[in-house]
Amino acid sequence: MRDVAIVSFAQAKNVRRELDANEVEMVMPVVSEAVEQSGIPRREIGFTCSGSCDYLAGQPFSFVSALDAVGAWPPISESHVEMDGAWALYEAWVKIQIGDIDSALIYAFGKASMGDLPDVLTLQLDPYYVAPLGPDSVSMAALQARAYLEATGRSERDLAAVAARSRKDAKTNPAAQVTGDFDPERLLGEPYLVSPLRKHDCPPISDGAAAIVLASGDLARKVCKRPAWIRGIDHRIEAHGLGNRDLAKSLSTAEAGRRAGLGTGAVDIAELHAPFTHQELILRDALGLGNEVRVNPSGGPLAGNPMMVAGLARFGEAARVLMDGQASRAVAHATSGPCLQQNMVAVLEGE
Amino acid sequence: MGEHCAIVGVGQTKHDTLRVDVSMPGLIREAVTKAFDDAGVSWGDIDAVVLGKAPDMFEGTMMPELFLADALGAVGKPMLRVHTAGSVGGSTAIVAASLIQAGIHKRVLTVAYEKQSESNAMWALTVRIPFQQAIVAGAGGYFAPLIRAYMARTNAPDDTGIRVALKDRLNALKNPTSHLTFPDVSYEMVRDSPMLWDPIRYLETCPSSDGACAMVLAAEDAAKTSPNPPAWVHATAMRSEPTMFPGRDQVNPQAGRDCAAALYKTAGIKNPRKELDCAEIYVPFSWFEPMWMENLGFAPAGEGWKMTQEGATALDGDLPVNASGGVLSSNPIGASGMIRFAESALQVRGLAGEHQVPGAKKALGHAYGGGSQFFAMWVVGSEQP
Amino acid sequence: MSESLKPVTAIKAPVHLEFSYTAGRASTRFLRGMAQGKILGQRCPECGKVYVPPRGSCTICAVPTDVEVEVTGKGTVTTFCIVRIPSDSLSIDPPFTCAHILLDGADLPFFALIQECPFDEVRMGMRVEAVWVPKEELGPTFESIKYFRPIDEPDASFESYKEHL
Repeated sequence: MRDVAIVSFAQAKNVRRELDANEVEMVMPVVSEAVEQSGIPRREIGFTCSGSCDYLAGQPFSFVSALDAVGAWPPISESHVEMDGAWALYEAWVKIQIGDIDSALIYAFGKASMGDLPDVLTLQLDPYYVAPLGPDSVSMAALQARAYLEATGRSERDLAAVAARSRKDAKTNPAAQVTGDFDPERLLGEPYLVSPLRKHDCPPISDGAAAIVLASGDLARKVCKRPAWIRGIDHRIEAHGLGNRDLAKSLSTAEAGRRAGLGTGAVDIAELHAPFTHQELILRDALGLGNEVRVNPSGGPLAGNPMMVAGLARFGEAARVLMDGQASRAVAHATSGPCLQQNMVAVLEGE
Repeated sequence: MGEHCAIVGVGQTKHDTLRVDVSMPGLIREAVTKAFDDAGVSWGDIDAVVLGKAPDMFEGTMMPELFLADALGAVGKPMLRVHTAGSVGGSTAIVAASLIQAGIHKRVLTVAYEKQSESNAMWALTVRIPFQQAIVAGAGGYFAPLIRAYMARTNAPDDTGIRVALKDRLNALKNPTSHLTFPDVSYEMVRDSPMLWDPIRYLETCPSSDGACAMVLAAEDAAKTSPNPPAWVHATAMRSEPTMFPGRDQVNPQAGRDCAAALYKTAGIKNPRKELDCAEIYVPFSWFEPMWMENLGFAPAGEGWKMTQEGATALDGDLPVNASGGVLSSNPIGASGMIRFAESALQVRGLAGEHQVPGAKKALGHAYGGGSQFFAMWVVGSEQP
Repeated sequence: MSESLKPVTAIKAPVHLEFSYTAGRASTRFLRGMAQGKILGQRCPECGKVYVPPRGSCTICAVPTDVEVEVTGKGTVTTFCIVRIPSDSLSIDPPFTCAHILLDGADLPFFALIQECPFDEVRMGMRVEAVWVPKEELGPTFESIKYFRPIDEPDASFESYKEHL
């Protein structure tokens, strides 16, 4: 495998509703910043790949106009996944592995505020048996949370602690949407949203965009003082039906982590794409991350969760910690689908 | 170019207006099962799945790869979902090939589909965004002015489009998967069919189809043990350009020209018309054949129509184009590009049946999408590169 | 399956979603112009080309376009098609003509309806002008321009617009 590293990362501030800018206007400054930061001239970047979703935008082919934002002239080698941008990063990483190109630009955008997100997400479900029943994303997460608490003996207090820690850590993240000091005991006094989940157990609805530049070997070393090397990366999907898998565990995360080489050494930090508090605990279990591992120093998805962006942002946040020299080995994780159906894990290392 | 990649299995559904006899998973499995039979593999042999389709709104299901994971046998495996507008079937195959070329997997299943009957595609295409201009009368209304511009630029004979449609519709009669077939099709029948978006006639237009296409791609070792002859990937290329900018040549887009140039360079092709034996090209409206002949470098600028008029693109011509009947005969949008790629592979494998181009050794598969702005292409050959 | 039972070939699952679309900064300025009966474009600070309607950026130079330019409602038909089937998105009976119109002072054509002229007399190079809705009906929408109609000017030469096809 070729050595490939994240050499730059930029993101828009996560906000509940971006009224001023449309998707192109949201993406353009982020892409410009990531490209500039990378030190690689835009026209020398070998491949561009993006992630977004038509149903968030409420119109077909919504990714097409975003091409305006990246300076696709002269024509560029380009592709798009209807998934979180983390999978666009994976596609770009694969392309670099083939050996014909040395760099790639990845971007993602999501403006969930334009529609009613829980209702939109219902359309992700089996259209014959499940979607017509209308279960929303929070209720399904609550089913999973109940299964997890019952299976492990963990408590709602453990969930509240995740929320409090995330939002405290988010105070130092300028892109975060929900930040502040919360007392877990007081959080437990709040009413249930969908039992056993309270509002603090759920991610905010966010508008956002993010971009990353990847570079291989010598180019990465040339343009970046401390590139964040992708030492291993893998992703796996599970059965769709919630009754067809053990919701208290994430087997696909465990398998992806194993294949990404997670077991070969200790990690300092992990950026986990866990939109709900209990999912962070499920992912920690699946990846075998002990208490010594700092999880989501950025605040994670509980502090800002732009759909199609939040997974890619985990890669960016994990890389940033390595590029800043504050850690030497990190885990980046992204998820897609209801109740952690699909998961990607990468092991990143500093120089 | 990395590791060698081969196409060892190809499967297509019977394409039709309404496949109400199958669900989305059923449609996909119809194509996959055929591809598996061709490749002599089963679900357990597959390392990863790459799914492509055009807008989710065509079926009313958001990110359908999630609920299709079970039907696609992807559980426990990596799964990717590609969407690059009309070129998606082609780009999906290219992403799948890259997983082999990068040495990551041995066998990859790639599938593209569209089941437009599940929702209302016309509605999905014309979602009315309040502050945007109304899209006038669908894709035909968008592309017809470009065809008129081509006619004005080249002084091509008015009946060039009729001749393309006649040829493709005759070819479709030789292809059992074809959606639209007119057994008694004639020049007069095409000429006298109603104008829809002048200068585009009804029989010069593609249908909306339900359908799926699947391919099994394999690394060198796996390809060499497969029961039927493989098609080897000689080159792949993708290029994109923005929808609108001053001076954009929408008739002969730079992205298409650049994509073809990059493709031929990798494949070591200097004279595409001579060195390629046939081509499967995305022609949703008949006139796009001569337009793409120029864009792809088969004919000099302004002279693509001569190939049609001279019969060069007919099944017995020197460069048969769309021997399968093309997009004019079957158009499950998300799969249409992959069908072009798959048909090019069938040709060099010698497995195209009645529409086989005799002795085809090297073929082009082509897809485009958006406002003639996304391009995906590959060259496949019977010989290992 | 018993012979008396027919297969279930379809279920109905109606989907109702509401979206509040964001026009964006560039479109907002253009639409405010529409409400005043003005056609506002934006000029790229690098290549100098004028985008109408503006997209907020020059897709060639990949820079924001922030210089506002007003263009007249007069322009040239670069190409067109005659629509002979009914359209869901337009309340007009076929046949009718849609054209790419290059407005004077703009550098890329946009799509519009041609009226007040037999549908089969529209031609490439024809000079046309915008017809606005009455002043009291002007609003922040494309529909402030009803359509374009021919004007009494000689046709533009093919050379003058062939770069815009």
